[in-house]
Amino acid sequence: MDERDIRGLLNDVTSGRLSRRAFVQTMVAVGLTAPMAAQMLASAGVAHAQPKAPAFTPTRRGGGGPLRVLWWQAPTLLNPHFATGTKDQDGSRIFYEPLAAFDPDGNVIPILAERTPSLENGDLARDGLSVTWRLKKGVTWHDGKPFTADDVVFNWEYAADPATATVSVGSYRDLDRVEKVDSHTVKVVFKKPTPFWYDAFCGNRGQLIPKHVFEPYKGAKSREAPANVKPVGTGGYRFVDFKPGDTLRAEINPNYHVPNRPFFDAVEMKGGGDAASAARAVLQTGEYDYAWNMQVEDEILRRLEQAGKGRVEIWSTGACEHIQVNFTDPWKEVDGERSSAKTTHPTLSDPAVRQALNLLVDRASVQEQIYGRQGQTTANYLNAPSRFRSPNTKWEFNVDKANQTLDQAGWKRGADGIRAKDGKRLKFVYQTSINAPRQKTQAIVKQACAKAGIDIEIKSVVASVYFSSDPANPDTYSHFYTDLQMYTNGPGAPDAQLYMEQFTTWQVASKDNKWASRNITRYRNEECDRLWKSATTEMDPVKRAAMFIRINDILIQNVVVIPVLWRSGVGAATAKLRGMDLTGWDSTLWHLPYWHKA
Amino acid sequence: MSTVSESKALHALHRSHEAPISLWRDAGRRFRRHRLAMVGVAILGVMVVAVLAGPFFYRVPINEIDFKDKLKGPSRAHPLGTDDLGQDLLARMLYGGRISMAVGVTSMLIAISIGTLIGATAGYVGGPTDHTLMRVTDLFLSLPGLPLLLLIVYLFRDSLKTWVGPEMGVFLLVVAVIGGLRWMPVARLVRAQFLSLREKEFVEAARGLGAPPLRQVVRHILPNAMGPVLVAGTIDVAAAIIAESSLSFLGLGFPPDIPTWGRILFDAKDNLDFAPHWALFPGAAIFLTVLSINYIGDGLRDALDPRKVLQK
Amino acid sequence: MYRYFIRRILIAIPVIFGISIVLFTILALAPGDPFEELATNPNVPPEVRANLRAQFGLDDPLPVRYVQWLASMIRGNWGFSFVSRVDVDTLILQRLPTTIIVLGAALLLGVAVALPIGTLSALRPYSIFDQIATTFAFIGFSLPTFFTGLVFILLFSIYLDWLPFIYRADIDATGWRWWWEHLRQSIMPVAVLGLFQGATLTRFVRSAVLDVARLDFVNTARAKGLSEWITVVKHVIRNALIPVVTLLALQVPTIFGGAIITEQIFRVPGIGSLLISSILANDTPVIMAITFVFSCLVVLSNLIADLLYGWLDPRISYR
Repeated sequence: MDERDIRGLLNDVTSGRLSRRAFVQTMVAVGLTAPMAAQMLASAGVAHAQPKAPAFTPTRRGGGGPLRVLWWQAPTLLNPHFATGTKDQDGSRIFYEPLAAFDPDGNVIPILAERTPSLENGDLARDGLSVTWRLKKGVTWHDGKPFTADDVVFNWEYAADPATATVSVGSYRDLDRVEKVDSHTVKVVFKKPTPFWYDAFCGNRGQLIPKHVFEPYKGAKSREAPANVKPVGTGGYRFVDFKPGDTLRAEINPNYHVPNRPFFDAVEMKGGGDAASAARAVLQTGEYDYAWNMQVEDEILRRLEQAGKGRVEIWSTGACEHIQVNFTDPWKEVDGERSSAKTTHPTLSDPAVRQALNLLVDRASVQEQIYGRQGQTTANYLNAPSRFRSPNTKWEFNVDKANQTLDQAGWKRGADGIRAKDGKRLKFVYQTSINAPRQKTQAIVKQACAKAGIDIEIKSVVASVYFSSDPANPDTYSHFYTDLQMYTNGPGAPDAQLYMEQFTTWQVASKDNKWASRNITRYRNEECDRLWKSATTEMDPVKRAAMFIRINDILIQNVVVIPVLWRSGVGAATAKLRGMDLTGWDSTLWHLPYWHKA
Repeated sequence: MSTVSESKALHALHRSHEAPISLWRDAGRRFRRHRLAMVGVAILGVMVVAVLAGPFFYRVPINEIDFKDKLKGPSRAHPLGTDDLGQDLLARMLYGGRISMAVGVTSMLIAISIGTLIGATAGYVGGPTDHTLMRVTDLFLSLPGLPLLLLIVYLFRDSLKTWVGPEMGVFLLVVAVIGGLRWMPVARLVRAQFLSLREKEFVEAARGLGAPPLRQVVRHILPNAMGPVLVAGTIDVAAAIIAESSLSFLGLGFPPDIPTWGRILFDAKDNLDFAPHWALFPGAAIFLTVLSINYIGDGLRDALDPRKVLQK
Repeated sequence: MYRYFIRRILIAIPVIFGISIVLFTILALAPGDPFEELATNPNVPPEVRANLRAQFGLDDPLPVRYVQWLASMIRGNWGFSFVSRVDVDTLILQRLPTTIIVLGAALLLGVAVALPIGTLSALRPYSIFDQIATTFAFIGFSLPTFFTGLVFILLFSIYLDWLPFIYRADIDATGWRWWWEHLRQSIMPVAVLGLFQGATLTRFVRSAVLDVARLDFVNTARAKGLSEWITVVKHVIRNALIPVVTLLALQVPTIFGGAIITEQIFRVPGIGSLLISSILANDTPVIMAITFVFSCLVVLSNLIADLLYGWLDPRISYR
């Protein structure tokens, strides 16, 4: 199915010949599956599906007792613009809300906005140069002040100011301006056509902070704001007490803007410890109601579930565990840096070697034996939102074929069983962060490679060093001073633009940019560059999706990355907990006011 | 002070002067008569032989992954069962035990040698030397372990690897780090013993008789100060075996695919309720090693105790 | 002795100063920075990390950073945490009560177990009692606390369902129930830690008493016709306390340093868990503050130990 076919189907839907549902089902069938098909429909002028009506409709606010949740990495600060990780975003989300959130299918769901901007309601400009947000009326901050357009404009000024040094700056600095149209309408104006308009004010980086509280602390004084740890938001729960890294407590907001919500009278978020014991506290003893990010082997989770007190929640995300192949020589120093873009890798530059490696990653075993329900095998680097998933790729695990490939390319086994050609041996250092499932994956890959005459040396780096931005440390993932490396990343938002920029020439990580740029494999391809550039301004979602799919296919065909697993989100919930609607595109707590116990 | 003890001390001094060889022979005989010490030697001997020679006889590979056989209890095919990748635990224990025991014993020796040397010097010499050495001890006691280890990895790993090869480099680094960060309690304990023993009658007697300082220390004070050193030594063996496993989580220890005992124990912990055998065997191995080393230590002390000569 | 004390305090100042330089250098040179999670998030531009590094002064030369730290420390400003942007002293004070209660109780438990058992073992070496005590002590320190903690959780929380295994500093209850809940949740962490320390300490007490019991003056005391009980209490224990005091002086500062693994297992919000999370997040100001206070306590408690030696054994002279 190519672009033209999809377009035909879209026409059928708009003209009423094909039902919305049938369209989505067709997409599922061709592997270009469901969820974000909704986005295509939306831009083709078909209305968004109404989010499914919640099964439980409470008749009054509160009465649900306390909700106890475990975040084994506890939040350390509660200003969403400074959130250094999901833990802080989640902690903030108890109190703060964005204009719109992303549901499990990546749909844009209005929260503080009256409605989702779209072409047919005229809030989204056809030229892609602006979007108008209509704010929900009658919303108040926890201190009683009304929520207005001024607050929205302030969040843009606050986040975009380089002196404030916010983490969310990437979503705000490229906006041309944010205009207040009236007290409850704002218009976001872009500098160029922006297909990814649902970034600013949406999802995690869109959580809105009150102007009247933060105004005095804009810019360099941002750190001193007392509200950084004592939030005043619009959410269903308001602040009681916070001990960074340990406990966060909140109580019901009696003036919440959704009637008869929330259900629980209080929320307690406890931090610390490890994932396995957090799973036990929910699944085995029932001391807690929900535990976040269950990085525990599925086998263990299954056994814990047998206690019958809770269940494991699995949901789709965009994250991909993948092996990166170094295209430069990590063992030769040029101008004070290794893995310099001026070099090429002595052995991995041979496509046959890369193809062989691709055949030697036993994705099925990794999935079945290590990650279980927590991931799916995949041939793609870009797996979600599903409109961006390529149907053109496949993977296989085949040691014999790998051996043939290497034989044909002239790599001969030496006395020690290791293949070599022209004195260059197939010996690779394969690094990743220290994390039990990753070390097991390394062991599986190493074993298969040994059978094909490739010697793998396993290296593991403690995560806080591996993922640090310290330009002086050679062990970071961005230095990539080894032949192969493995970690997970994914498009945090339901769009692939920033994610796919990782394979453009101008992003090659090097000493000059202190290894801060994001092309880690140092792979350079003119077609990728060109495709990516056009995708940034292409307003036709079908064409745009096709461009990202093409970049993905180039990466896979050339074995720039070897996708291992498309990972899912995993949590543990007590048996009676309902209404979480967990999503891979937004905070775990995006729907907190709707959480309830059956 | 009591004349009895002085005369005993003098007697001992006298005796040791005249027959040093028979003293050692006596000690050897007493050690062999020490029942528990011999049990300790036997257990430790069996374990050392097992980890050294075992892999030559028990030829199951340590990293053969077999998912069909994972988390199985002891059976004929796998005498100690398997782990969650279906790897044979006996083979892994034999292979890793070599490293664990070597790391445990070597680090312990490093820790107690440095500790005893510094503690004895400080306690015997006293004055400014004591002050300086004890403030250095304070400094080492206050070092933050984890950041220091990360710094060491960062500074030395690659250069050591190229210098003495990966295996030996890591081994040296690990024992140096564990030993180098565990000598301080020994130093403080030995010094405290010395401060007190230095003034005791039998040392004064030896001093009065003109024994040179080194002789006073080695012959008279040190044997009486060995108690805490031996205890610290046995505890350090256990601590070093466990510490080694936590080092590998920092990327400092042996690579994660080398199954040392502490490492197996750590990997096993989340499966404790489903596969207790996985944790039981490495735990028992550490326990037996430490226990036998302790009994050997007790035996040595009893055998070398100079006053025992008089009491018999 | 008074002059000795004054002199030691005066020496301690440059010592602490020197220790602070070493600590600061280690922390500054140790690899890693606080922005790990920003790294793999494609929505965070790399400049954000660079900006934050600059804003927190991580790119300044080491001596400059040290002088800045020292200057503000002398003025009583402990700095602020990079990850929570809260003042460091606030963070530490939040966790001090829990730490002192849990770790203090564990230390007391350890001493309470070790002193009688160790003494009895030594007075009857190789008796049945001694053998049993020895075996348990060895199991005690052959197994790491991450392991014994888990065994406790499995037994008392999961199979028996008697005790909670997640420590909550804020319990919303009052009166007796509040005390009861705190007691219940403290039992396991205190036991795990106390028994581990007790096992170690028992061995040292046993060895110390054994050494002293063999010394000549004890025989003299016995020969003078003193009863066995008085001999033990007045002569043996007092002299055997010297190594015990040394060990306690080494243990007491660790109450402030926290028990990292035990706190982690039971989620006790103590200083140990603050330290480990700060270390993993490379939150240098917090690590620096904790280790610095810890090192001051090391120096101080070793000084107290030295003074106690003189009291326990008047023949030890101060030079």
